[in-house]
Amino acid sequence: MDLSTIASLVTQTLIYATPLILTALGGVFSERGGVVNVGLEGIMVMGAFSSIVFNLSFAEQLGAWTPWVGVLVGGLTGMLFSLIHAVATVSFRADHIISGTVVNLMAPSLAIFLVKVIYQKGQTDNIRESFGYFTFEHLSKIPVLGPIFFEGTSLPAYFAIIVTIIAWFVLSKTKFGLRLRAVGENPQAADTLGINVYAMRYAGVLLSGFLGGMGGAVFAQQIAGRFAITTISGQGFIAMAAMIFGKWNPLGAMASAIFFGFAQNISISGSNLPVISSIPAVYLQCAPYVLTILVLVIFLGKASGPKANGKNYIKSK
Amino acid sequence: MDNSTSNLKKVLVPVLSVLLGFLLGAIIMWVSGYDAIAGYKTMINTAFINPQTGAINPKSIGEIFVTAGPLIFTGLGFAVANTAGFFNIGLSGQALCGWVASVWTVLAMQGMPKLVVVPVAVIVGALAGAVAAAIPGALRAFFGTSEVIVTIMMNYILLYVSTHIVNNVMSESIIQTKGVTKNVGLEGSLRTEWLGQISNGSRLNLGIILAIVFLVLVWFLLKKTTLGLEIRSVGLNPFASEYAGMSSKRTIIISMVISGALAGLGGVVQGLGTFNNFFVQGSSLSIGFDGMAVSLLGSGTSVGILISALLFSVLKLGGQGMQFAGIPPELVDVVIASIIFFIGISFIIKLVIDKVIKDKKAETIDLKPTPSNENNEGGTI
Repeated sequence: MDLSTIASLVTQTLIYATPLILTALGGVFSERGGVVNVGLEGIMVMGAFSSIVFNLSFAEQLGAWTPWVGVLVGGLTGMLFSLIHAVATVSFRADHIISGTVVNLMAPSLAIFLVKVIYQKGQTDNIRESFGYFTFEHLSKIPVLGPIFFEGTSLPAYFAIIVTIIAWFVLSKTKFGLRLRAVGENPQAADTLGINVYAMRYAGVLLSGFLGGMGGAVFAQQIAGRFAITTISGQGFIAMAAMIFGKWNPLGAMASAIFFGFAQNISISGSNLPVISSIPAVYLQCAPYVLTILVLVIFLGKASGPKANGKNYIKSK
Repeated sequence: MDNSTSNLKKVLVPVLSVLLGFLLGAIIMWVSGYDAIAGYKTMINTAFINPQTGAINPKSIGEIFVTAGPLIFTGLGFAVANTAGFFNIGLSGQALCGWVASVWTVLAMQGMPKLVVVPVAVIVGALAGAVAAAIPGALRAFFGTSEVIVTIMMNYILLYVSTHIVNNVMSESIIQTKGVTKNVGLEGSLRTEWLGQISNGSRLNLGIILAIVFLVLVWFLLKKTTLGLEIRSVGLNPFASEYAGMSSKRTIIISMVISGALAGLGGVVQGLGTFNNFFVQGSSLSIGFDGMAVSLLGSGTSVGILISALLFSVLKLGGQGMQFAGIPPELVDVVIASIIFFIGISFIIKLVIDKVIKDKKAETIDLKPTPSNENNEGGTI
């Protein structure tokens, strides 16, 4: 393997990892606050859908900025959509799994319904303004590392890494993060201390919607290039797996998202690589899911995740 | 009084959820610029009426039962696991196993009599679903691994494996074109000539009869047997059940196996009844998630599952017709999702029902003194 093969492998891995990183971070915020979010997949769908519609509508006015604003639009749509999950689980005491499944069921059909309403066909056109590749001017001149990490690489990936660091800081070093975690571990105690459990849980779910929506938007605008029913197919679940793999920690979630991104990339472009091309595709396709199960069995076992995760908090009078 | 109120709620919650789901669908149609009333009318017409003659269409009615068959099985599958306290989100994957395994079996047994082929294929399909569900069950029982995540992950694994099997493992002789198997033919199918005839050439098959048999069997299992009692009590309180001498590990695995076998049978009915072949799937089978919805709407009871499976079939089939009114059929899936949403927040619906009932009680109490007032008035006049 020469340098250019390695460089392209790294870049493609980062590209596939970016949506997973952002969405997995979303999962971390929701579950640290005690709300299980199996709806990440549906949230990604809404983010992907809205960003593509935005991209197609505003590409002429915004030019190269379109995909970035599209990511913001995707994030906000995801946040709005996650409100369903927040209201159901936090205020209306719905089962978190049922509510998350509703989010997953609702999103693709609603998005395709709207695509048909807007464009009179089952999928959108290809976008013209996508993220493309980016070269860091000075860093790319570093020998070996430059061409691998900073030449013709993915800018959203570095954006996701920065978001991860911010998320880690927010969660472990700020008052908000401390309160969110308290609410996810022991809502009764948090309530006694005067923390508004409901508000914190809403914040966690809405943040997960924002990050998940951004994840979907990045996927749609960097990898898919359009929106169809199959655009998001399982990435939300892989992101959830990355969150669990990363033990509900932003940095861990990022690391495992990069790992899963590598696995996804290999399963799609592995046929061009030595050794890997001889492995039947089915093993590579299944790898992220099988690994998740193995990790759950071997490393996590029973005691895992925030203690009050998935439990509705009912304030007693 | 209390009992009748809770019975009333049991019926009112699903009925209100369905109505609210339809209302939300109507709102979405209105907002998107469609005529909701015309939309629902087309839906009902497509599901029941023959467009040429304007009379009730036996073929459509047949198709309603065709669609309901697999849904009853996946609904029952979800219900059994749920009774034991688990969320089997893997119904799609388990049904897929049943589908592939049963079609494969029939194609491999070509030339044998129908009375042998079909029962063997049905059993193999059920076993395939059972094995697929036993894995998350066993992991849950021995390692405490969340069955929700394992079953979700297994849906994807099984999806890719099924594609791999059709493309690379099945022998060339049973493949029709790439990704599609040959048809199983009448001798390996759940379809029979007379069922086709009475429903005017629909795909009506023995699947619905099998489904009704299993509705009764599962009801009997859960309500009348020791195993059913164990499943129910583990669902209510695993610790107390363990204390009472039941093995919760065993019960967890058995309930998941039964759940998976039922989902597998759903796949069998889909394979040997509805389609008569297997073709590569692009995403998880919809009968999995719809079955979950059917079970939740039917509150896990046999009668409830039957009614809600039929309702979902009407929605699914009728929804396909909505495109003739210019309305994207995806709307129906939005309606289905919102029905489950309202079921999910039934706490709040029950609260509203309570309020309404209390208000009525208050009204009746208020009304009582009025005659005496009138009497007084009468007296003063």
